[in-house]
Amino acid sequence: MGGKLTTKELQKKANDIRVDIIRMLEHAGSGHSAGPLGLADIFSALYFHILKHDPKNPDWQERDILVQSNGHCVPVRYVTMAHAGYFPKAELMTLRKFGSRLQGHPERLRLPGLETTSGPLGSGLSQATGMALALKMDNARDRRVYVLLSDGELDEGNSWEAAMLGAKYNPGNLIALVDRNNIQIDGPTETVMPLESLRAKWEAFGWFVLEINGNDIEAIIGAYDMAKAIVEKPVVIIAHTVPGKGVDFMEYDFHWHGKPPDHKEAIKALHELRTLGGKIKSEHQ
Amino acid sequence: MAEMHLKKDWGQEESIRKGFGRGLLEAGKADKNVVAACADLTESTQMIHFAEAFPERFLEVGVAEQNLVTIGAGLAAIGKIPFVSSYAAFSPGRNWEQIRTTVCINDRPVKIIGSHAGVSVGPDGATHQMLEDIALMRALPNMVVIAPCDSVEAQKATLAMAKDKRPNYIRLSRADTPVFTSPHTPFEIGKGYVFRAGSDVTIVATGTMTYQALEAAKLLANKDISAEVVHISTIKPLDGEVILASAKKTRHVVTAEEAQINGGLGGAVAELLGERLPTSMIRVGMADRFGESGEPDELLKHFGLDAESIARAAQKILTDHTNHSH
Repeated sequence: MGGKLTTKELQKKANDIRVDIIRMLEHAGSGHSAGPLGLADIFSALYFHILKHDPKNPDWQERDILVQSNGHCVPVRYVTMAHAGYFPKAELMTLRKFGSRLQGHPERLRLPGLETTSGPLGSGLSQATGMALALKMDNARDRRVYVLLSDGELDEGNSWEAAMLGAKYNPGNLIALVDRNNIQIDGPTETVMPLESLRAKWEAFGWFVLEINGNDIEAIIGAYDMAKAIVEKPVVIIAHTVPGKGVDFMEYDFHWHGKPPDHKEAIKALHELRTLGGKIKSEHQ
Repeated sequence: MAEMHLKKDWGQEESIRKGFGRGLLEAGKADKNVVAACADLTESTQMIHFAEAFPERFLEVGVAEQNLVTIGAGLAAIGKIPFVSSYAAFSPGRNWEQIRTTVCINDRPVKIIGSHAGVSVGPDGATHQMLEDIALMRALPNMVVIAPCDSVEAQKATLAMAKDKRPNYIRLSRADTPVFTSPHTPFEIGKGYVFRAGSDVTIVATGTMTYQALEAAKLLANKDISAEVVHISTIKPLDGEVILASAKKTRHVVTAEEAQINGGLGGAVAELLGERLPTSMIRVGMADRFGESGEPDELLKHFGLDAESIARAAQKILTDHTNHSH
């Protein structure tokens, strides 16, 4: 377990994560770009500040559990895990290749440190709730279950079945986060299947809602801190993120939901990330 | 030829699900990690005995079968042994993808209870008479598929499931059926048993149809036909050796199940024999159709899921095969 990083360090880490996401996706030749880029700040904050975990001992019995229901965004998790020391960064270039531990969608049995197998949407919140309830039965008060949901997957009924159950039993150790990036494969979420008012929906289902800028490290850490202090209801953080964050031509564009950059696009994206959008000179120029 | 391992008196009747209810209570007493969840059918799936004894280890999830099984996957992730129950029509009928992803690919030892399987559900009609569950669950890697033949075997199977480290599916039925096995009848997950020895034809049966197969063997004995009855309580993994040994001896096989003939036990036996020992066979089961409302006995008779139908199939296969041979 490394020490917690400062806000500045977490911001830099998020940028480094974005760089590796672009590199690995270009190499893989398929996969999702927008969601993972948008989630880089949240993953940086989780793995380098919030989660209790040990990269050298992924099965550590005291660890917090991070359930990723939005399995298609797993590239950001692989990169963050590699940066945290779960496996060598060189392995990132095996993403989606035959024989790789880094499957196109995450498979728990192939890579230590993953907590579930996911990809088919809508079943992460209920698995996380089952884990949280089991920990409560065991009186394991010092362990928490964090679950990440996409906004598009809230189209799935299973998500809301789980929301009802979470409010009914309120395990007290469960924090959900919705990546509200407003896009899904077929277009903007509000065109494909309107989710608004999303906050009112969760509140009506019995959850305490925190709403933040999901690309703001301090806001992310602040929201998780606050969520831990709320016990009367389960907490969901609606994190507004920019899909494709950090790469100008990908930002806000749903066409980047499910495709990787080609070589030219990757060069452009990497230049932008390494110069922080032209603000600094890249050492690689 | 007398039956082997079985009770002498078959007069007592009890539904198979009742044996599950007793077994789960017993498993819960033996191991505090045994937990349970139900989708609004606690009494009729017989989970109620566990729920009353161990309320802190029981979750009522409401009418939400997708949630039911995925909650189970989460509980299992923390080392619990979750039994999750509903009607087979809804679980695995409604939540098959969740079972595939979160239980099977994820390899979590969730115990899925599909009660009220088969047409013997009766008056509820076709929507509730699950007939495709064996095929659905048999297709899944990592999954064990169990269909006990009476309440006593269901109790043993439930206790064995609590100790088994794999995902399990157990198929239960609603109607009262004869109790013909005893606490001394052997049971092991993955093993088939010869319940009656014979030499002319093999009847391979599972679940409620094993009793009907034994009755069919008596009818056939009256016609000087010696039928061997092999009970398959675990459809997957299938005990190929006991079936092959019997088929090698009799060269004629009839399968019997209260399920669709496509993809069920009959399918499994046909796959086995087709590859290892091509043998003439007839599958007795639901013939690619749905059920309807009625009393269990009249439905079983109407759809050809009784001793007479099995006996007729056995006679037919002997006649046909003899004609072809000469």
